[in-house]
Amino acid sequence: MNRITSILEGLGSGLILAVRAFASLPAAPRILKRVAEQAYNAGYSSLPIVTILCFFIGSVLALQAGISMRDFGAKAFIGALVGESMARELGPVMVAILLAGRVGSAVTAELASMKVYSEVDALVTMNIPPERLLVLPRLLAVLLVMPVLTILANVIGWFGGALVCQYVGFIGLSADQYFQSLKEFVSVNDIFDGIVKAEVFGFVVMLIACNTGLRTRGGPREIGLAVTKSVVFSLIAILTLDYFITKILA
Amino acid sequence: MTALRFTRAPFPCVRDDRSPVEVTVSNFGKRYGKQTVLSDVSLSVQPGEIFVIMGPSGSGKSVLLRHIAGLEAPTTGSVAINGQDPSLPATRDQFAVALVFQSGALFNSLSVYDNLALYPLEHRICPKPEIRDRVMRALRILSIEHAAHKLPAELSGGMRKRVAIARALVMEPQLILYDEPTSELDPVMSATIAEIIATLKEEYSVTSIVVSHDRDLSLTIGNRVAILHQGRLIAVEKPEALRASSDPIISEFLNPRIDIRNPRFKTLEA
Repeated sequence: MNRITSILEGLGSGLILAVRAFASLPAAPRILKRVAEQAYNAGYSSLPIVTILCFFIGSVLALQAGISMRDFGAKAFIGALVGESMARELGPVMVAILLAGRVGSAVTAELASMKVYSEVDALVTMNIPPERLLVLPRLLAVLLVMPVLTILANVIGWFGGALVCQYVGFIGLSADQYFQSLKEFVSVNDIFDGIVKAEVFGFVVMLIACNTGLRTRGGPREIGLAVTKSVVFSLIAILTLDYFITKILA
Repeated sequence: MTALRFTRAPFPCVRDDRSPVEVTVSNFGKRYGKQTVLSDVSLSVQPGEIFVIMGPSGSGKSVLLRHIAGLEAPTTGSVAINGQDPSLPATRDQFAVALVFQSGALFNSLSVYDNLALYPLEHRICPKPEIRDRVMRALRILSIEHAAHKLPAELSGGMRKRVAIARALVMEPQLILYDEPTSELDPVMSATIAEIIATLKEEYSVTSIVVSHDRDLSLTIGNRVAILHQGRLIAVEKPEALRASSDPIISEFLNPRIDIRNPRFKTLEA
């Protein structure tokens, strides 16, 4: 019962946090520098890992598809499969998972430490809403960088698939044929749907990270626990929301 | 001891109304779960007064201070600043209340200068050049201008306390709350902090509430001193009246005897 109450409290406080943060939107022009800093942290710094991960996801997808589809003589559709999978599913999900693990955990640790060491209380006594200074810039930053990271993830994944098709002997599909199939089956709508998913995932991951950090009480041990909790809840939220958004967009 | 450099000149872009405020605590009680931390506390702090709250560790001093700062809501009773609830945003807009935390609570990712400039910048109190003057003036008053570009992690405990007080000063507060301002400090630095608190009150006629278990500090700078014991307020007196008190709890708290043959510690020897 306590666990259910705690989860409901977390959901409620997350919603309140989001509302309070967006109530500070009129102050957005004043926090542009902070938004840029957070966009750099969340976006630019994530580029190398997004590139490596999505290249290999595209490659493995093409390789696995090659193994399965050669028996049916359907190799020509590998481009379509990799293209659709990356654009609609793997691109946004993988970027969101990376965001939760790399950026969300760091945000939770930072805010939890600020909470535990009274820095958040200091802001409150200075009549500076923590939602405006600490939460809103991070939410806006993540909304800015998620589409960029997702498109990059898609493109890198597609190229990873193309390389595998071109150079792995038993597939033997040229890059031209691969991209021809990809162009034929992947529409702008697929890419757009993926970006919608990425935006929702990014927003939820950052909200969970901020909310978990700001709800931390206790000492250093609780900071560690908060980080774990934030990453686990984010992963659950990403995969749960993925199902429902896919159903809505289908 | 480092000389303090106060001048009566007002801070740049001073607010029109910065008169000191009155703090009223009525029938205040606080419970965390089943544990009662404070009960039936009533007191009134007059504008411009230095009011010290003393008591042994765990007596609820800091809890009371957090409520006066509006960081928590009381379980019973009320706290008011000039008759208004300090936890309401409207009250925070109306009165500048600064809390000097025991740990300093400086923003670790910001330099000392940026820590001080945050409040005027966020509230757009005045243009940036004037904010700079205001911050540098506060740093000069506390004799820490050389630390302007350092990060809090590079400062000693005493320096951090000074930066926290300077940050409060930049706010031009009408009420300053000090939570254990001399804890973890050597006697010389403690005396400097005491001097700063007293001088701020004199120069800027700010209402000050100091939570401390430092007897010398409390009885030297306090206009009145309250004593909390086991979650209850047992006395609010002028320092001289407290010194002369025959109440055994007050007397033992203010003049503890150190007896190394105390029978309470027999078990340690066994």
